[in-house]
Amino acid sequence: MDSLRGKVAIVGAAETEVGKVPHLGATALCVDAARRVMEDAGITKEQVDGLVTCNSMTEPYMYHAEAIAEYLQIFPRYCVSANAGGGTTFSTIQHAATAIANGVCETVLVTMADCLRTGLSREQAMKMQSSTGHPEFEIPYGPTVPAFYALIARAHMDAYGTSPEQFAAVAVSGRKHAALNPNAQMRELISVEDVLSSPLIADPLHLLDCSLVSDGGAAIILTSSERAKDFPHPPVFILGAGEGHSHEHISQASSLTTSAAVESGRRAYKMAGLGPDDMDIAQIYDCFTPVVLIELEDLGFCKKGEAGAFVQAGETGLAGSLPMNTNGGLLSHCHPGNPGSMFALTEAVTQLRHQAGARQVEHAETALVHGQGGIMSSHATLILGRERGG
Amino acid sequence: MNSAPRKFFPRTRPESAAWWEASRHHSLLLQRCSKCGHLQFYPRIICAACTCDSLEWTPSAGRGRVSTFTICRRAVSEAYAADVPYVIALVQLDEGPTMMCNIVECDPESVTSDMPVEVCFEKWSEEITIPQFRPVPADE
Repeated sequence: MDSLRGKVAIVGAAETEVGKVPHLGATALCVDAARRVMEDAGITKEQVDGLVTCNSMTEPYMYHAEAIAEYLQIFPRYCVSANAGGGTTFSTIQHAATAIANGVCETVLVTMADCLRTGLSREQAMKMQSSTGHPEFEIPYGPTVPAFYALIARAHMDAYGTSPEQFAAVAVSGRKHAALNPNAQMRELISVEDVLSSPLIADPLHLLDCSLVSDGGAAIILTSSERAKDFPHPPVFILGAGEGHSHEHISQASSLTTSAAVESGRRAYKMAGLGPDDMDIAQIYDCFTPVVLIELEDLGFCKKGEAGAFVQAGETGLAGSLPMNTNGGLLSHCHPGNPGSMFALTEAVTQLRHQAGARQVEHAETALVHGQGGIMSSHATLILGRERGG
Repeated sequence: MNSAPRKFFPRTRPESAAWWEASRHHSLLLQRCSKCGHLQFYPRIICAACTCDSLEWTPSAGRGRVSTFTICRRAVSEAYAADVPYVIALVQLDEGPTMMCNIVECDPESVTSDMPVEVCFEKWSEEITIPQFRPVPADE
């Protein structure tokens, strides 16, 4: 299954202002990200013949991608909006790359944005909370999103002796990188003690174990590798892509401590002909700190039960063996909901272009980005590289 | 019009009507596949193991263990605020299937993983009674 290896490249990457952006709504942020990424790639909108977006919670449309195309006045031959964030964001990259590799379209704009921080009405916030979970057999019991993830955290603690201090170490690691990122929403350094003394939200998760609520948008441009050399920045090639899907509702998960990241990672590595040891950096979905530990294990960076010690030892720092979430991640950079994973992608591109400034990982040649959606339900892994490979 | 905040009532489906009717009468049902014997929850129109459509209802003994749990310190909505701190748990029934519930009739701080629990029922309306779980009394 090496079908996509090296066939498609990312030739543009950009993000909007993030955090609190009250002067722009979700549609405007999505269009602002599009405008910025076309400028980064040095193209005009007439050159875009494919468009991928995700729906917004604050300004939803029946057909979101069509609404963005209309706003931009572009008329793509390939036009699709993904329904949910996390893993789905990266799986759309696999769909778009497949379309390019098969000649369905040539230049795809992927742009995603939302404004959960300043744009969400009370009614929308309520709807968002009550839309997570099985409508008949979970939602009536009153689970919050952190509560769903706390169930996973507790299970990992019971199975492997993982500690709240180890969860906290994930938040501390990401914040160190955010402190070096001028666009990050939260840049003040934190300690393990700060995380543990922040309010308990759903045991064992504290406030600082939970990702941010943000406004923001990010976008990339994809094209065939043959055309990629004609763009101003060094291309970043898609070497591997893989997905894994295990359940939708956490009460139906066959395992609480091992996820379908095992399958998505294995498929992506196989396509790329690379393994975990070949990755110079990783951007790992971090909606809540325990998720990161499970993903590090399932993606083969650590044995089961050992990711907590791995993070505590500083291995995910810029000088560690696997610099991770180098922009600060969803915990410290920003998390506008469905578009959250896009920032992991734009950061990986920035790192592989060697344009990350103070947080640049030296000689970064390869990157793994991983997203998950639902409650550890849908997993998608991408492997990116500066070299197109064989 | 009653404007008091209301909990999220289950959005019931045709294939689970019999399940909710049984719950109203304090019985917890599972589905058994009459071809392969697979036991399942939640109710489906097919067997999730062999995909056949030959399913029968069978009552659960209503006993199980806490697989994992959390204590919600912040309510999901106003209607749940009076219950804070409340426990969200996954309970694996002795018969095999897992379900979500609150652990009720006890101090939330006393809940532990692997704790034995038994079903009890909460009447929310004339139509809806939802199953919950509580600790099995110590003398059992």
